[in-house]
Amino acid sequence: MKILVCISKSPDTTSKIAFTDGNKQFDENGVQYIVNPYDEWYALVRGLELKETLGGNLTIITVGNAADEAIIRKALAIGADDAVRIDADPKDAYFTAIQIAEYAKSNGFDLILTGKETINYNGSQVAGMIAEAMDLPFVSLATKLDINGSTARMEQEIVGGVQVVEANLPLVVSCAKGMAEQRIPNMRGIMAARTKPLTVVAPSAVEDLTAYVEYGLPAPKSAVKMIDPNNMDELVALLHNEAKVI
Amino acid sequence: MNILVYINSSDHLAKSALEAVTYAKKIGGTITVVATGSVADATLGTLGEYGAQKVLVDRSVATEDSQQVTRLIAKAAESTGAELIIFSHDLVAKAVAPRLSVRLKAGLVSGAVDVPNASGQVKVNVFSGKAFGFVAVKSEKKIISLLPNSFQPEKTGSVCPVEAFDGAAGASAIKVVETKMPEGEIPLPEAELVVSAGRGLKGPENWGIVEDLAKALGAATACSRPVADIGWRPHHEHVGQTGVAIRPNLYIAVGISGAIQHLAGVNGSKVIVVINTDPEAPFFKAADYGVVGDAFEVLPKLTEAVKKFRSTPH
Repeated sequence: MKILVCISKSPDTTSKIAFTDGNKQFDENGVQYIVNPYDEWYALVRGLELKETLGGNLTIITVGNAADEAIIRKALAIGADDAVRIDADPKDAYFTAIQIAEYAKSNGFDLILTGKETINYNGSQVAGMIAEAMDLPFVSLATKLDINGSTARMEQEIVGGVQVVEANLPLVVSCAKGMAEQRIPNMRGIMAARTKPLTVVAPSAVEDLTAYVEYGLPAPKSAVKMIDPNNMDELVALLHNEAKVI
Repeated sequence: MNILVYINSSDHLAKSALEAVTYAKKIGGTITVVATGSVADATLGTLGEYGAQKVLVDRSVATEDSQQVTRLIAKAAESTGAELIIFSHDLVAKAVAPRLSVRLKAGLVSGAVDVPNASGQVKVNVFSGKAFGFVAVKSEKKIISLLPNSFQPEKTGSVCPVEAFDGAAGASAIKVVETKMPEGEIPLPEAELVVSAGRGLKGPENWGIVEDLAKALGAATACSRPVADIGWRPHHEHVGQTGVAIRPNLYIAVGISGAIQHLAGVNGSKVIVVINTDPEAPFFKAADYGVVGDAFEVLPKLTEAVKKFRSTPH
């Protein structure tokens, strides 16, 4: 099994979100970057579990600059065998996906995994774009993934239930909660990560199709209206007459 | 402008489908709907009331295979000369819209919450709902995937013609082996009213009072991450940054402190009610209505009040 896991950086989940440069840039001041939780907890860990059971190799790939090597080392410490960094600013999902697809096309992976979305842009775009660029089947937001020979069996949450699907490898899968449990790297893993191979690849010529031109923060909520715990009739009346939600 | 709206309602027209057509109507242009699923022609024709001029349907396409759906929409886009393609941001759209973006070289805006502004930029939520952004699309063809519950469906017209359409979608590469549908539950992502509880409930055996309130309201139940992680409730009920993000009209949070990661999954809710014994719980800052009290006393009272309200005409 040759497995490729795509990782992205994202601000730590507790980061204060602010913008700078006339609301055109995310304010990175004091922000700690982590491996996007969906990429790390679900895609990477499930990929490692499959590799440990079936044998093979797990490569991680990211599109980013030299500063992003900290998150690459973290993923290597958790257990990936080697890493690829495509040396470019990930301008938009299309740019990022085509860069990864170009690399993956010439390296024969059986399984390409991503998280279901990043927690900063929440676009859920890159995996499907990679699949289309490589003309591969794609299963999105899988909550379970097992491999039997050349067939993958997955579960997806659909409206009102769960759907079990099968597809042949090679395949692209985006991973959601339920697929695996977070792994904390141990000291041996952290030491080993320092010497694992990290290949830096020059980007392909790809244009971007979209751009974030401005950001903003939602208007602060008006003060909470406190209700007497012994007067739930009042709460129901407010929800009906004032909030108009029931 | 020629607009193509894709809908995948399986047995009845989902509200999200009506929202997507209404959204297209608000942008304005010649609106064609391309549909998969088994909704009857007569029902599909009612999409005309929301602004569609024509519905093209290919019932042979399997929605679980994003390649098939992508081929169908690409062909429909070509035959209608579509410059803008609209999805509702659901499971199928999350798989198909990115593929279509590559196939048509059309910039994709995921999770739009408003119509494009005067400069054509589209507002979306970013940072898990903690902020918003405006996306400019540089390509000639554009794709917008609309966040459900951002627009209410509006009837403005009359029924439109429905035509069979051959999407030439090829064979499906994805096989559905099994579908498990628990009976009687309201699916969380579609629910307009949600009652959610956390560790304050002290144990899974105490969920009866949460379910009673949900039943009285006609609401779905949800939970916080710790409760799903320790196995008190199923994972699919976990709302938050790493679980499901929901945007119901009413979110009632019981015994949930309101960590920033939980808020990220529910901050799109129109109205938030927080019930907690701790008056300092951070969730109160994000709430519209707050009740400081013990869930075991407050919830039965609230359930009774809801039942009383529901039993009288309004």
